[in-house]
Amino acid sequence: MNAIVVEDLTKRFGNFTAVDHINFTVEHGELFGFLGPNGAGKTTTVRMITGLIKPDTGRASIMGYDVEKDAINAKQVAGVLPETSNAYVDLSAWQNLMLMGKLYGLEKVVRQDRAEDLLKRFDLYEKKDVAVVGFSKGMKQRLQICMALISEPQVLIMDEPTSGLDVQSSRLIRTIVADLNAKGVTFLLTTHNMEEANQLCSRIAIINRGKVVAIDRPEVLKRRIESLHSVEVSFNKDVPQSDLSALQGIESVEKMGDKFRLYAQEPARAISTLVNYTRSKKVEIVSLATISPTLEDVFVAYTEAG
Amino acid sequence: MISGSQLRRALAITEKDIRIYYLKGPVLIYGILFPMFLFLAFFLGRGMSMDFMISGLLSMTVFFTATAVSPVILPWEGSLRTLERLISAPISIPAILLGDALASFIFGIIVSLVPLALGLTVGIHVSSPVVLAVAILLSTFCCSYLGMLFSIPPTNVPSNIMMITNLVKFPLVFISGIFIPIDQMPLWSRTISLISPLTYMTDLIRYSIQGSSYYSVRLDFVAIAAFTVIFMALAMFFHIRNMPKRL
Repeated sequence: MNAIVVEDLTKRFGNFTAVDHINFTVEHGELFGFLGPNGAGKTTTVRMITGLIKPDTGRASIMGYDVEKDAINAKQVAGVLPETSNAYVDLSAWQNLMLMGKLYGLEKVVRQDRAEDLLKRFDLYEKKDVAVVGFSKGMKQRLQICMALISEPQVLIMDEPTSGLDVQSSRLIRTIVADLNAKGVTFLLTTHNMEEANQLCSRIAIINRGKVVAIDRPEVLKRRIESLHSVEVSFNKDVPQSDLSALQGIESVEKMGDKFRLYAQEPARAISTLVNYTRSKKVEIVSLATISPTLEDVFVAYTEAG
Repeated sequence: MISGSQLRRALAITEKDIRIYYLKGPVLIYGILFPMFLFLAFFLGRGMSMDFMISGLLSMTVFFTATAVSPVILPWEGSLRTLERLISAPISIPAILLGDALASFIFGIIVSLVPLALGLTVGIHVSSPVVLAVAILLSTFCCSYLGMLFSIPPTNVPSNIMMITNLVKFPLVFISGIFIPIDQMPLWSRTISLISPLTYMTDLIRYSIQGSSYYSVRLDFVAIAAFTVIFMALAMFFHIRNMPKRL
């Protein structure tokens, strides 16, 4: 049985199709990334999967529970971190966690033990009785993750968990996500952060204009766009970009600060041409590196193609 | 309709509402002072009996306090973005509404003790204490769900909801026999008063204090119960339908 099943989900708002007949599954214990540009349909998809909005067609299930017909059971096994949600700022961290524990039907002793453990893990225990209104953005987000974890869910659905956070908070959240995943918790994670998706996700789906345009393991997706191999080079003095663009075997050139990125079908041949060019122009190469496609390249290739 | 487990979760919502919305000085003061000032403005100098005045004040207090905060909770939570997390939890929308209504109910009951205590202090005699207790309980519960009806429009701007609320609440006060006894109202106004739950609440409270009422006690109870069921059904239907529009 898959942890999350999405079949033919579609959602329209008036004439605009936000999500267009999408299908995917998330296996037990998988950390599945859901990537897409702003407005691609990620949050709408997450809201349909978590039962907050009804799809026009299709269905979704979590741990076998249909999110429409068996909504309470589906929500009971899932922890959710909505993208734009907040904790109650008039309540303390402890009171917020107790509220969530009660909403998940946890016994008093259980919710108190878990809340204490979570607040310590997320470095919030010292502030447990302080009203959340005085928390920083990073502290609020850590508290919200605690609220999603209080029920020890089998499936965690997180919409942009590290968006806008400082480096320390982001690293702490990524470490805990990886730890929980290692313990068997299934994740559906939406993110704009390609490096985060690359580090954490065992499989990703890219959604663009409401449609899933690619779905596979990150390295497999990178291999699919190998034609985008590039060479990053810097020189000891200025070189006209037009000279580089005119070199044989170079498909396009991008200036990046004091460096150029040269895109080529055959990187080795491009380097040879480049060396000949520098000799003829009496220019020295300061640095030279071949760059394999990154997940960001994959993302750009699929989202711009759509 | 709401299981034991969902009822416990509804009580968690009630506790949250009381902590966040009701245990605030301005809310408590508003709940007591507003009906009191309205009462003073309309009753003083009109030579009415204390029984009539206190029963009117009690009825108005129940009505205003039980509908004071419940209409703005959902729009407020929508604008503060706490609502999405709440409805992501395994609690049904009818249970959330019940939790909100119970908080409003408790607030209404507590504040209604103030005019009751005032009446007893000035020497009014409650001729049917049991009828009075049941009338206050039932009326407060009915008004709590009436408050939930005001927040049906899926806006997250609380002031818009307050405007709608006041547009409905104030006319109801004037057509429900609080300031003018129903038997002294003109026919057109008496006819309109039939569609106001406040008419039956006021009539029932008058019976319990003055010993006489315009309608029969049974009719008053049946009418308030019917309004309660209708308000609950409408609140559930429209809030389930409109909740996604608040996200």
